[in-house]
Amino acid sequence: MSQPLWEVFVRSRRGLSHTHVGSLRAPDAHMALRHARDVYTRRQEGVSIWVVPAAEVVASSPDEKDAFFDPAGDKPYRHPTFYTVPDEVQHL
Amino acid sequence: MTAVVPARTPEQEFQDRIDADDRVEPRDWMPDGYRRTLVRQIAQHAHSEIIGMQPEGNWITRAPSLRRKVILVAKVQDEAGHGLYLYGAAETLGADRDELLDMLHTGRQKYSTIFNYPTTSWADVAAIGWLVDGAAIMNQVPLTRCSYGPYARAMTRVCKEESFHQRQGFEAMMTLCHGTATQKRMAQDALDRWWWPSLMMFGPNDDASPHSAQSMAWGIKRFSNDELRQRFVDATVPQAQFLGLTVPDPDLRWDGKHWISGAIDWTEFQTVMRGDGPCNRERLRHRVAAHEDGAWVREAAAAYADKHR
Repeated sequence: MSQPLWEVFVRSRRGLSHTHVGSLRAPDAHMALRHARDVYTRRQEGVSIWVVPAAEVVASSPDEKDAFFDPAGDKPYRHPTFYTVPDEVQHL
Repeated sequence: MTAVVPARTPEQEFQDRIDADDRVEPRDWMPDGYRRTLVRQIAQHAHSEIIGMQPEGNWITRAPSLRRKVILVAKVQDEAGHGLYLYGAAETLGADRDELLDMLHTGRQKYSTIFNYPTTSWADVAAIGWLVDGAAIMNQVPLTRCSYGPYARAMTRVCKEESFHQRQGFEAMMTLCHGTATQKRMAQDALDRWWWPSLMMFGPNDDASPHSAQSMAWGIKRFSNDELRQRFVDATVPQAQFLGLTVPDPDLRWDGKHWISGAIDWTEFQTVMRGDGPCNRERLRHRVAAHEDGAWVREAAAAYADKHR
């Protein structure tokens, strides 16, 4: 009688994104949220919590990471450091 | 003509990653042995956290003040939390939580031998915080840099919380040592009983620890058992002196650099490991009863969840 697995995300303070902190088992979303509060925010580590059913997470595969992320590898012109600017030119 | 670069095997790529001090994440390819070793170690660690709630939980209702009581409740709750972080980490390796609990309940997986000793006085709660949590921190801090990402991250959380555990223990010890003669005797008696089992927490001597080399090569272990034990002894002996207590080791000596302890009685360790320590049966029996007594809560929650699906 295994309970579903939930991934827990915590916003540590206003102005920051939610960050993955771990997982837990709980029978439903409501219990998962309360459980997450007790397990992951006992010392005011968060101001907001998301719980997401682990089964619903769609992830890229580490096996195809080269093919998946390579297209960005040969495009250095997307970075500001690609461009030469003379020293005397300011504010650029 | 382009040079033909021989393809790296998955094993080589895996070891390259470890050697580069990069982290392994759940869906990466990993050798079966690495996965098995981690599941066993993380599960044993998780079991230790939740069994570790018992010796101290024993004193919650009899804590000497409300202050000590809320501290102890918070600490025992932390141990439950640590167990949960660790079961979560084990699950990222494909282990099943119910199965891990079942292995604990049926004695197929172990927990730290230290929790098979009884807590016969309040001073034991202080000594556990100071010594047992102190030893645990020595062991756990290097694990925050372990090669397996989820384990390392869980250990980072654990270590942040463990520091409170050790300090509250030392403070409680200090209070006893500054108290009446009877209180001081209680403190000394607790140190007498917890000192050697705490040293055993670091595991067998290096020459008797056959799996250490592989764990080191895999980046799971960063320092040897004896190295960590030495650090603990060096850190703790001056603390005992500060408290005015005597470390129960007649052979303990300062060699100019380190505190060198006498020989550890490993037959005692083996006895406790085998299941014949003072509290092995009681700990397991209590754990199984708590699990079984809670079955109706899990069933009710599942029924409620089904109804509202």
